[in-house]
Amino acid sequence: MSADATSHQDSSRPRVSRRAFFIAGLLVTVLVAGFVSYYASSHPDGLNFVAEKHGFIAKEKESKAADSPFAGYSTKGVDNDRLSGGLAGVAGAGLVLVLMTGLGLAVRRRGSDDGDEDAAGGSDASSTRAPSQA
Amino acid sequence: MHVPDGFFNAPTSIATGAVAVVAVGYALRRAHRELDDRTAPMAGLVAAFIFAAQMVNFPVGAGTSGHLLGGALAAVLVGPWAAVLCISTVLLVQGLFMADGGLTALGTNITLMGLVGSLVGYAVFRLVLGVLPRRVGSVAPAAAVGALVSVPVAALAFTALFVVGGTADFDTGAVLKAMVGWHAVIGIGEAVVTGFVVGAVVTSRPDLVYGARAYVKSGSSLEIRTGATR
Repeated sequence: MSADATSHQDSSRPRVSRRAFFIAGLLVTVLVAGFVSYYASSHPDGLNFVAEKHGFIAKEKESKAADSPFAGYSTKGVDNDRLSGGLAGVAGAGLVLVLMTGLGLAVRRRGSDDGDEDAAGGSDASSTRAPSQA
Repeated sequence: MHVPDGFFNAPTSIATGAVAVVAVGYALRRAHRELDDRTAPMAGLVAAFIFAAQMVNFPVGAGTSGHLLGGALAAVLVGPWAAVLCISTVLLVQGLFMADGGLTALGTNITLMGLVGSLVGYAVFRLVLGVLPRRVGSVAPAAAVGALVSVPVAALAFTALFVVGGTADFDTGAVLKAMVGWHAVIGIGEAVVTGFVVGAVVTSRPDLVYGARAYVKSGSSLEIRTGATR
């Protein structure tokens, strides 16, 4: 195999820490959900557009969740459009984050492939690994 | 591509509901092998990001818009079956709390976007990765192609399902052309976002990218450290 930059990672290249990475990811997510979303196109999406053009949009029935406080990505009781949408977006993203992180942690296999450089990863009390592993 | 209530008849909604239940159940088992201590939180972040990105519709011309589907993106980052779980969680929150996508259509949406979107996206990703140079720089472009294809295929699946169980009469040929056509264009947007995001993660933390694991030497974290990296 020719000099493959990945199988011989330059160990002196500073790598983004896991914490910094996750914080950045969360920031981007909050920014997109809370701010960028305000600028989303209001045109109907592909499916709705085709449904309108081909006559089956009329079959659409209102969701039973239409009374939810965040229905339609707006927050009940908040008049300001920007804030209303932004709050709904952040709330939804936050909920998804909590649910999926919980689900991911619940189904995961314990431990990790390489020696975990982040001590937080090995603190699973129910881990069946030998103590020296962490 | 969120299907609202009313588009599909009851038997079809029930059938896709069953498909979704089986698929999610299977995904729970398979995700066990894909996720570990380090990548489980990644799945949470990926799902949250996809939820956020799905809010940002982008115009694709002639009065229509598209948004990220995210199946390929999730599959490349955390694995195809974890991706099924991610997209399903996004759809669940959207359906229950945002009234985006019908509740009776949840099974349909999970089947089309969670299952078809993720698995087709990942399959194409693997195919493309197989013909590209064997290095980590190939992951993002391959992911982009997977994303590109996944969207119109999901649209095709919708159309096929609509033929079987749709509540309306329609011109199959015309709807097929329109659905696949528009979603092929939307797929371009999907490819751009997917390529960009996967590229960014591969650049900063390739060890957290499921689809890059063959090209990232495990134990590459054995760099010389002078102190805690936290």
